[in-house]
Amino acid sequence: MSDHFHKHDQDTVLIKERSEQEIAGLTKRVEKLEKFLIQKGIVSKDLLESVANIYENDLGPLNGAKVIARAWCDPSYKKRLLDDATKAIKEMGFGGLQGEHMVVLENTPIIHNVVVCSLCSCYPWPVLGLPPGWYKDPAYRSRIVIHPRDVLKEFGLNLCDSVEVRVWDSSAEVRYLVLPERPLKTEKFCEEDLVKLVTREAMIGVAKAKDPFFSET
Amino acid sequence: MNSIHDMGGLTCFGQVKYDEDEPVFHHEWEQKVLAITVATSSLFGPLDKRRHVLEKIGSIDYLKSSYYERWLIRLELSLNELTAINQYQSTESEYESIDFKELEHAIYNGRPSDRTEGRQTPIFSVGDRIRTKNINPSGHTRLARYVRGRCGFIDRVHGTHSFPDTAAHGEGENPQPLYSVRFTAKELWGAEKYPTDNLYIDLWEDYLEPLDV
Repeated sequence: MSDHFHKHDQDTVLIKERSEQEIAGLTKRVEKLEKFLIQKGIVSKDLLESVANIYENDLGPLNGAKVIARAWCDPSYKKRLLDDATKAIKEMGFGGLQGEHMVVLENTPIIHNVVVCSLCSCYPWPVLGLPPGWYKDPAYRSRIVIHPRDVLKEFGLNLCDSVEVRVWDSSAEVRYLVLPERPLKTEKFCEEDLVKLVTREAMIGVAKAKDPFFSET
Repeated sequence: MNSIHDMGGLTCFGQVKYDEDEPVFHHEWEQKVLAITVATSSLFGPLDKRRHVLEKIGSIDYLKSSYYERWLIRLELSLNELTAINQYQSTESEYESIDFKELEHAIYNGRPSDRTEGRQTPIFSVGDRIRTKNINPSGHTRLARYVRGRCGFIDRVHGTHSFPDTAAHGEGENPQPLYSVRFTAKELWGAEKYPTDNLYIDLWEDYLEPLDV
């Protein structure tokens, strides 16, 4: 136990839970906006629901995982992906807003890539969906560029000193996707099984792909 | 502008709070803010202008607000601006109506920022050494403070892209070459411990000057 009387922790101010009352207030403000836009004929309720549905259900990290698994299985696809990621991702049927200019970065035993947007929270929506909370929080945006190894350690990823860390700050409209290393002893896995090993975190570069033989017990 | 949004290199925000099972949206209002923002984006000018609206949120409010709370503030500010502009027009057809088919097409095909006009011939080549300018504009810029006045290497040439610093302010797209520039960790942070570590950031040609002349 800590023998400190009071912990002055700045991040509790930044990421505090909203009270019921605050949530009600936010909901009210959004409803006011929505009502105005519908009344003026700018959008319809159906249109807003359709857009929400696309981002909740159609675009997500499963798309990116399919791209990665294919690259692991198909050397010619991997080459196309590294040469022109936008085109190769389009081949799989994925593309669109926040994925207009894609670049894929290959992790190897000696190079580890990790992606951030320090200025806002740019993220490749067509292949990863909407960004998770931590990716948008000041803690990640500010610190991954200066202390990447410490931040990766907090995600449970300990890199050897000999590994080169490459941090990619997506400050323009180019969006980066990490091609993680294929887990060892998965030569007999089919593409479908490999997809399950590719997490969102692995494609951002704060984790490795799942090891199917790793057991926590 | 030099504001809190440009936070690369600060170390005052504690550890990253990682929640493996985080839902896409925590509350229904967040989902609505996302939908309204995507649906109405064409009403409020280029992406650079919309990013600048977020940057102009006061620093205290910026930090106290969640991501979608900032987006909500942006929608309110943008609509205030739009309605103030439109109050001088009395007809009912003053607002553009969003067509779902067109919007859906944009969502799945994107709005690319590369351009066939403007400066098409890059001044720099891969491997060239550059120094970033030390500029402190009062408006929008994507030259993060932590890479200003630093020496780096051209790593990739991304083609010619719309320039945020002017596009955000209605001063034209000024299309120009965009580069991925590599800086060593030592150059940026003085860190000697990991001499092989590097940071890559995308920078427009107007942010750069040649080093070996």
